[in-house]
Amino acid sequence: MAYLWLIPILPGIGAAVNGLVGIRFFSKRTSGLIACGAMALALVLAVAAFWQLLGLDPEAREYTSTIATWIPAMPLQGVHGVTALEIPWKLRLDPLSAMMILVVTGIGFLIHVYSIGYMHGETRGAYARYFSYLNLFCFFMLTLVLGANFLVLFVGWEGVGLCSYLLIGYWYKKKSASDAGKKAFIVNRIGDWGFLLGVFLVFFTFGTFDFREVANQAGAMPVETARFGVLSLITLLLFIGACGKSAQIPLYVWLPDAMEGPTPVSALIHAATMVTAGVYMVGRNAVLFGHAPMSMEVVALVGVLTALMAATIGLVQTDIKRVLAYSTVSQLGYMFLAMGVGAYAAGAFHLMTHAFFKALLFLCSGAVIHAMAGEQNMLHMGGLRKYLPITYATMLVGTLAIAGIPPLAGFFSKDEILFRTFMSSKVIWALAALTALMTAFYMFRLMSLTFFGGYRGPAWGAAGHAQGGTAGAGGAHGAPGHGHGAWHGPHEAPRSMTVPLIVLAVGSVVAGFAGVPAVLGGGNAIETFLEPSFVAHAVPAGGQASRLPAAAEAPPGAAAAAVSAPDALPALAEGPHEAAAHMSAAGEIGLMALSVLLGAFGILVAYRFYVQRPQIAERLAARWKTPHRVLTNKYYVDELYGATVVRGTMASAAGLWAFDRRVVDGAVNGSGWFTILSSWVSHLIDKYLVDGLVNLVGSIFHEASFVFRRLQTGLIQNYALLMLVGVFAFVSVYLLFR
Amino acid sequence: MITQTHYLVLSTVLFFIGVVGVMTRRNIIIILLSIELMLNAVNINLIAFSYHLKSEIGQVFALFVICVAAAEAAVGLGIILAFYRNKETVNIDEMNLMRW
Repeated sequence: MAYLWLIPILPGIGAAVNGLVGIRFFSKRTSGLIACGAMALALVLAVAAFWQLLGLDPEAREYTSTIATWIPAMPLQGVHGVTALEIPWKLRLDPLSAMMILVVTGIGFLIHVYSIGYMHGETRGAYARYFSYLNLFCFFMLTLVLGANFLVLFVGWEGVGLCSYLLIGYWYKKKSASDAGKKAFIVNRIGDWGFLLGVFLVFFTFGTFDFREVANQAGAMPVETARFGVLSLITLLLFIGACGKSAQIPLYVWLPDAMEGPTPVSALIHAATMVTAGVYMVGRNAVLFGHAPMSMEVVALVGVLTALMAATIGLVQTDIKRVLAYSTVSQLGYMFLAMGVGAYAAGAFHLMTHAFFKALLFLCSGAVIHAMAGEQNMLHMGGLRKYLPITYATMLVGTLAIAGIPPLAGFFSKDEILFRTFMSSKVIWALAALTALMTAFYMFRLMSLTFFGGYRGPAWGAAGHAQGGTAGAGGAHGAPGHGHGAWHGPHEAPRSMTVPLIVLAVGSVVAGFAGVPAVLGGGNAIETFLEPSFVAHAVPAGGQASRLPAAAEAPPGAAAAAVSAPDALPALAEGPHEAAAHMSAAGEIGLMALSVLLGAFGILVAYRFYVQRPQIAERLAARWKTPHRVLTNKYYVDELYGATVVRGTMASAAGLWAFDRRVVDGAVNGSGWFTILSSWVSHLIDKYLVDGLVNLVGSIFHEASFVFRRLQTGLIQNYALLMLVGVFAFVSVYLLFR
Repeated sequence: MITQTHYLVLSTVLFFIGVVGVMTRRNIIIILLSIELMLNAVNINLIAFSYHLKSEIGQVFALFVICVAAAEAAVGLGIILAFYRNKETVNIDEMNLMRW
């Protein structure tokens, strides 16, 4: 655990080396090795840290390490007066983050290995760029889950958003890919706006950014059942951020488009890890949410509605990756539903199992797309079972897991959520169960269209078919979106791709056993393990006061309340055992059986519709034309957003532009005109008044000269006469007036 | 007996004859002669007062005037010659180059 800081840093180093040096100099083999090596080391360290954490006493399972100071202490105004704002680069390992780093490094490592095979068609520089981004993503994701305060988490939060943008737009020359990247980034930005506001409000309220201290202080506050208080506002703002990152209504629109990225990216970022960051963040602030029941209701409602809506869209999509994308949105809705009904551990458990089977499903779809040379439309596949036996087998495992068939991983986690939902609200439970049925249906529709029935894809050269099939022929193919050599028909992926599939399939089978519920004879180990992360710790009043200057100024009751915090916890945040006690074991088993039956029913219906009688599906689509069209067009939500938000933004931009052009430019031009006008006036004054005066003086003398020059006769005798007259005149004057 | 007054009257008459000559005649040579006449009238005036006042200064002045008159006649005749060469006339009315 002392090397905790190395876990995020290792992929960061890998990203730096590959990004700064690798793009120019490394061969594909070197850059792949560096990236995978960094992840493998991080995985080893994560496992070691997890092991050490398990060895500790359950109460003491928390390890904090401060790497460096980010923002040195400075005074800042909070609600309790001036607080010292100090932000260290602080990592914290507790059960929740331990589970998350295992998921991120474990699945991340497998996907890195898979990418070696999947991306081999890229050019050398693009290959290193890809691995650099992928490592960078892992760096930020690990920072996100290990961060001990909101701001370190926020660094990771924004970093994964950036990497998501970079990787969705990896094939940036494709317009749709770069558009999808921008869409993801901008939609996330809306969520981040809410998240940041929430973080500011957290600091303003609690005077600290540290999760543990926030949880402890919030635990001491009364539950906001009756009125909408500051905790409700904080949690709602944080939930907006979670909605953006985890693709919930109304900000889910970016995730299906994010499938433009390479498939391993979809598996890692848009299924297993990044999109669960919102769920993780809600779980991390479980105490805050637990004290705001109104926000919890919003979370649960948004979760279940997203789950249902995405599942209905997934029923009719034909792009294999888009089906999986909507499935991801739907499963994320499940996780939020779990968070919303207070089943934080169940939500986190589902997060983990979902990471396994959804990564598996995405990687399998990647193998299928690879085999079909970039074809993503399921209507052009079919009957691939005999060409891709390993992919078929592993994908079947993943599908059964997501459909909730025991004893695969999805069964335990999803069932726990359904059970806890049932305890909370029957209506929401009914919607969630309906979603489970649809999940099973659309996943088996995907399986049926892809692997069963007859082959419907393009034909290939018969000569090539003979040897096309194994890893040897894989070298001739590139990743989707790139030029290919001769295509020799669908073929199994190279070993670097199939091995991760197998490992993930095994994971999808066994991951669920971490959380076998008590009623089935298990100890529900994972919930017990995770529970400390979701409750407030009662701290001695003296200890808290010394750590938090703000607490000393708080009302005297607050410190006393902090001690009795566990008693003040709401029923929603109670341990699973108390909640479970409200229902008989038979009822719980009955619910399980029901959900298994629903899953099996969905599978059977899908098998009947798409394998045995394909015409049924077509007839249904023809009969329910309008609903079918609405679903195919994803409820026209993109169009709606386009018409309102995007058009509105554009229109206001156009308005502002017009304002700029007319008023601002008009003012500038007006002042220009005014200058010209005034200078013209000044010119006129100068020309006619000033020059006129000067000329007037000149012309006065000019005119006067006409009178006086008549004296200049040029006749000497005239002059002499004048002189004579003058002399006479002077002498006369002299003589007369002497 | 011839008194101071007679000299002065003679001088005045001579001077005015010169003035009228300068005023009325058009021939430059005549004008020049008239100027000499006026100068000599001045000389008579000077001599008369020299005699009357028993002072030699008047005579010295007269000598100076004679000198200047000689020089003036020389310069004047030179100008007239130059003018005549240009205009083939000695009419004073033709000398109007400095008119406006």
